[in-house]
Amino acid sequence: MSDTTTSYPARLDFLETQRQDNWWVAPLATGVGLFAFIVYATWGAFVGDHYQAGPYLSPFYSPLFLVDWWPLSPAFLILWVPGGFRFTCYYYRKAYYRAFVLSPPACSVGARPQRYNGERAILLFQNLHRYFLYPALALVVILWIDAIEAFFFSDGFGIGVGTIVLVINAYCLMSFTFGCNSLRHLVGGNVDCYSCVKFGQQRFKAWKVVTFFNKNHMRWAWISLFWVGFTDLYIRLVSMGVITDLRII
Amino acid sequence: MAEATLKIFRGTAERSEYQTFSVPTYQGMVVLDAVHDIQAGQAPDLAVRWNCKAGKCGSCGAEVNGNPRLLCMTRMDQYPAGQPIVVEPMRRFPLIRDLVCDVSWNYEVNKRIKPLAPKPREADGTYRMQQYDIDRVQEFHKCIECFLCQDVCHVMRDHGKYDFAGPRFMVRLAALAMHPLDTVDRLRDLRDAQGIGYCNITKCCTEVCPESISITDNAIIPLKERVAGEFYDPLAWIWRALRGKKADTRNPVH
Ligand code: SF4
Ligand code: SF4
Ligand code: FES
Ligand code: FES
Repeated sequence: MSDTTTSYPARLDFLETQRQDNWWVAPLATGVGLFAFIVYATWGAFVGDHYQAGPYLSPFYSPLFLVDWWPLSPAFLILWVPGGFRFTCYYYRKAYYRAFVLSPPACSVGARPQRYNGERAILLFQNLHRYFLYPALALVVILWIDAIEAFFFSDGFGIGVGTIVLVINAYCLMSFTFGCNSLRHLVGGNVDCYSCVKFGQQRFKAWKVVTFFNKNHMRWAWISLFWVGFTDLYIRLVSMGVITDLRII
Repeated sequence: MAEATLKIFRGTAERSEYQTFSVPTYQGMVVLDAVHDIQAGQAPDLAVRWNCKAGKCGSCGAEVNGNPRLLCMTRMDQYPAGQPIVVEPMRRFPLIRDLVCDVSWNYEVNKRIKPLAPKPREADGTYRMQQYDIDRVQEFHKCIECFLCQDVCHVMRDHGKYDFAGPRFMVRLAALAMHPLDTVDRLRDLRDAQGIGYCNITKCCTEVCPESISITDNAIIPLKERVAGEFYDPLAWIWRALRGKKADTRNPVH
C-alpha cells in the first residue's frame, strides 16, 4: 500500500513536522511563563511603592537607591542587572529563541523562515553576558544581606513568613547565579590543563561546584524567576495591608 | 500476536513514496527489527544501513515519528499501539535511497579541523597528565558519529547554513580545546571556518544524542565562552596584554 509523493521534501515548512507528540506544549508554556513574569515585573517596578514592609525589602528594589535626580521608580536603577543577566543567560536565550523567535519552535519542527545568522550578527551582544555576571554576583551578596535583615524587626529578633520567603529567595537566586555558564568558564572552564597551572586543583574544584549548579540551571532559572516575583508580591500585599505577615517567632 | 504498522519512506530524491507494512511484534522489538522483518518478507529491496545493532556503530540513524533516532535502539513498545510508526531517512543529508543517505559531508568538515598537536615529551620520553586534567574530555570521546545531532540542528536543517560545522564537530573541537597536551589555537577557526556563532544554543543536538553527551552545555557553550574571551571581551584583552599573553591571536571585534 502506498501514497505517492513526487519528490522528497527534505526541508520542512514552518511548523511542519512528523512528530506526533505534543511538541508545542513546551514552547507555549515557556512563552506564557516568560510573558507573565515580564508583565508583572514591569508593573511591579513602575509602581514605585509598597516595596517595603517592616524589615522586608522587595528584591525588585534591592539595593534601594533613593536619589533626588532620578525621576522614575528606584527599581529601574537596579533592575537592569538581573534583567540583563537573565536576558543574556544561555538558558533564557534557548527559551526565548524557541518560544518567541521560533528558531526552532521545537526540535525537528520546521523553523520560522528568516534570514538566519544565529548569534553572529546583531546577536553578538549576547557575549556581554559575563559583564552582567559581575554585578549579579554582587546582587547575590546583597540579597543574602536582605534576608538576614529580615530577621530583625522593630521589636528585635524574630522570624516571620516574610523572613522565610526572603531566605528562600536569596537561596534560589544564588543557585541560579552559581550555575552560570560564564562563571563556569571564569572559575576553571578556560583552563586546558589543570595540573599545569597555578591553583589548578582548586580551579578544577571550583569548576566542579559551578558544574553542579549548572546541571540544573534551567530548573533554577524557573524556580528563582517564580520566587522573586512571588517575594515581591508577598511584600507588596503585606505593605498594602491586604494580608498580614504571620510572626512565627 | 500483536501487529504494528510502519509507514516507511521509499525511493530517491526524485521519486518517492511512503509504503505501509504490518509486522508481528514481540517483546523487546526495536524499529530496526521491524525493518529487517519487512526486508525479509515483504520488501527485499528496502535499503537500510546498519551494522552493530547495539547502538555503537552509529550507522542506523533515521527519523522515527519525526525524531532523529538510532533504529536499533528505538523500542517499538514506546509508540502507541494502532498508530502507524513513520520511518524516514535523516532529512539533513542527501538521500541515496529509502532510509540511506550520504553523510560524507561530515567527513569533509572533519578534515578541515586542525588535528591534535601535542607538546614535546618530557625528558624521560613520556607525557604526564592527571585524571582531573582529562575528566571533562572523556565524555566527548563517547561520540559514535551517528550524525543525528547534525541531522536535527536547525542551523543546517532549516536554514541551510552549511558553513556551520555542526554539533558533532563542536564536540570534537571541545575535546581538542580542553586537551591538556594540545598546543594548537583553533579559536579563530571556530569563529570563522566552523561558524560557532550560528549555534543559538537551542539544545536539539543534546536532546537527540544517543550517547547522552551534553553537547550544548559541555562542548558548545564552553567554546562560545572561549571565543567570547578571545574576540569579544575588552577586559580579557587588557588582562592578557598585562600578562603578555597570546598577543598574536588577539583580534578586535568585527
Ligand atoms: S544547540 Fe546549537 S548546534 Fe545544537 S542543535 Fe541547537 S543550534 Fe544546532
Ligand atoms: S555527538 Fe551524539 S548525536 Fe552527535 S554524532 Fe556524536 S553520538 Fe551522534
Ligand atoms: S548562563 Fe544562565 S546565568 Fe549565565
Ligand atoms: S546498527 Fe549500529 S548503532 Fe544502530
